[in-house]
Amino acid sequence: METELAIVGSGPAGLAAAIEAAKTGVKVTIIDENPRPGGQLFKQIHKFFGSEKHKAGIRGIDIGHELLEQCEKLNVQIFLSTEAWAIFDNGKALGLKHGNNTTEKLNTRKLLLASGAIENPLAFPGWTLPGVLGAGATQTLMNLHRVLPGQRVLMVGTGNVGLIVSYQLLQAGADVVAAIDILPQIGGWGVHASKIRRLGIPILTSHTIKEAFGNNEVKGAVIARVGQDNKVIPESERKLEIDTICIAVGLSPMAELAQSAGCQITHIAELGGWTPMHNERMETTINGIYVAGDVCGVEEASTAMEEGKISGIAAAESLGYLQRGKANGLMKESQESLNALRAGPFATQSKLGKEKLIERFHKC
Amino acid sequence: MLNMLRSSGVLSEQELMELPGVPPMELVEKGPVAVIECAEMIPCNPCEACCPTGAIKIGDDINNLPIIDAVKCTGCGLCIAACPGLAIFVVNGTHTKSEALISIPYEFLPLPNVGDQVEALDRQGKKVCMAKIVQIRNSKKFDKTAIVSFTIPKERCMEVRHIRLS
Amino acid sequence: MGLRIKNHPILGRDLRKDMVSIEVDGKVIPAYEGEPIAAALTASRIKVLRKTKKQGEPRGIFCARGICTDCVMTVNGTPNIRTCITPVEKNMKIETQEGLGKWREEPK
Repeated sequence: METELAIVGSGPAGLAAAIEAAKTGVKVTIIDENPRPGGQLFKQIHKFFGSEKHKAGIRGIDIGHELLEQCEKLNVQIFLSTEAWAIFDNGKALGLKHGNNTTEKLNTRKLLLASGAIENPLAFPGWTLPGVLGAGATQTLMNLHRVLPGQRVLMVGTGNVGLIVSYQLLQAGADVVAAIDILPQIGGWGVHASKIRRLGIPILTSHTIKEAFGNNEVKGAVIARVGQDNKVIPESERKLEIDTICIAVGLSPMAELAQSAGCQITHIAELGGWTPMHNERMETTINGIYVAGDVCGVEEASTAMEEGKISGIAAAESLGYLQRGKANGLMKESQESLNALRAGPFATQSKLGKEKLIERFHKC
Repeated sequence: MLNMLRSSGVLSEQELMELPGVPPMELVEKGPVAVIECAEMIPCNPCEACCPTGAIKIGDDINNLPIIDAVKCTGCGLCIAACPGLAIFVVNGTHTKSEALISIPYEFLPLPNVGDQVEALDRQGKKVCMAKIVQIRNSKKFDKTAIVSFTIPKERCMEVRHIRLS
Repeated sequence: MGLRIKNHPILGRDLRKDMVSIEVDGKVIPAYEGEPIAAALTASRIKVLRKTKKQGEPRGIFCARGICTDCVMTVNGTPNIRTCITPVEKNMKIETQEGLGKWREEPK
C-alpha cells in the first residue's frame, strides 16, 4: 500500500494536518489504533476556549465531528483499529496491524507522528485497588461508554483535567466529595475551579492522599494536610468514604514510536517529559518525519490543531504541492496563532518548554 | 495576584469588584447587566464575539480580560451560554422592589420548572436563601447550556451564582 | 442509583435498546453489543477483573484505553484480553484472570 503522507493518530493534531495537506492535493492516510477517530476530542463534552478560528465555544465532540467531515470531503483515507507497530527506513514505511489481525506494510513519502500523550500514574498504598483510575479514563468511561466508574469520587489533582472531570462527574450523576492538590494553590484555571466550588465540591489544597483502602475494591481513602516540605502534618489525617479515586496528575508524551524510528528525543519537564525534538516546521531530526500535538509537548487541543496545520503545510511543501511563498505565509499564520495561545500566564511553562525544544533541535 | 482565587477557587469580594467585567453596583441596581467573573488571562473571546451590541471588549490580544460596557449591555444573556468557563451571569438588581433577577448557565439534569422553589447557592456552594424559577431558556444556539433565571432577595444579588433543586 | 448514564445534559438520552447476555465467572449479566467488556462489567458493579500472578491481588480498570493492561481477562478461553477496548459479543464467556491465565489448548 502506498501513500504520500502517513499520519499516526487521528486526534486534533493528526486531523488538522490531514486537512491542510489534503487541501493541496497530497494523498493522506491516517492510522489510529482506536475504533473511533478524534483522539481525546470525543471525551471533551465542554466548550473550548480560544478564538473563533480555534473553534472557541464549540464542544470538543463537535469539533471532532467537524474535522472528520472535512477529512471525508477531502478523501483522506482513515484506517481505524489499526496499530502502527513499527517504522522502517527512516519513516518511509510503516508496519500496520489491522483490527482483524492482518498485517500490512504502508509505504509513504512523509510521516507525521501525532500519537498524543498518556496519563501519569500516582503511587500510594492501595493505588492498585480496583476503583483507582485515571481522570482521563473516567472521562472515557462516562462520555464514550456512558458508564460511571463509581458513585462517590475523590479527585486527586486540580489541574484543568482534574477540575473539568470533577464537573463532568457531577453532570453524569456522581458525587465528588473533594478535589485535592498537594500544592498550596490550584493548578488549573480559576473559572474551572470556581464552577466546581459553587456546585459544592470542596477543593483542598496542600493535601495529599495517604492511602486507599478496601477489601477487593476502593471503600475509602485517607487524605492529610502537608506542610511546605510536602510532608504530612501529623494528626491531620481524614478518612473519606468513597468508591472511586481519580488520578489527575498530568500527562506524558507517548514518544516511543518516534524514538524507535530514530528521532532524537529530549527531556523537558515543562512539556511533560521525554519528547521528540522538532524545528519550527514541526520536522524531527529525521528528514521527512514530523510531530505535532501532545506527543511533542503536552498542551491543549487548540495548540495541537495549529501544530498539526504547520506540519501538514510543511509536508505538502516538501512534497511539491505548495509553493514556498504560500507555505511560508500559511505557516506564519499558524505560528502567530500559536504565539497567541501561548501568550497568557498559564502558558508560560509550555512556551518556555517549546522554546527550549526548538533550541535543542538546532543545537544537535 | 488573585490569592483567594488561586488557593480556593472562589473570588474574594475585593477581587470580584475590581474586575473589568464586573459593572459597578449602581449599574447592577439599574439592571439587567452582564457580570463577567473572568479574572485570569487565558486565550478566550467568545463573549466578545457573541455580544450583539458590542458591550464586551477584549480586543486583539485574546488573553485580555473582558471589559463590560454596562450602558451598551441590554442583559440579553447570549454571553451566558457562550462563555466556555461558565463565568458570566446576568443580574437585574431592579427586577422588583425587593427582588433581583439572576440568570445563570445551567448544564445539569433535571432542569428545574418555572415556579419551582430551589436553594440559592453562593460561590462556595453554600445555601444563602431560596430562589423562585422564573424562566428557562434552552435555545438550540445555546448548545445545551440552558439559561435559568430566578428571583432572590435583592441584597443577595452579588452572592448567588448557582441553584440546587430541592 | 445505577452506574449506567441513561440521560445526560450534554450527551442526551442513551438510545441503545437491545441488550444481550454475557457470562462472567458463570454469572449472566446484561450488556450492549459492541460496548467494551469492562464497561458492561462496571455497569454490573463488577470491578475486580483479574488477580496478579505472585500475590493474587485484585486489579481493575486503570487507563480505560488499552495501554496499561490492568483490565485483562480471559475471554472465550483466550487470556490477556484487554477488556477496556474489546467489544462485547453476545454469549461471550468472560473469566476473572488468575495471573497470566491459561490458554484453551496448550501450545505445541
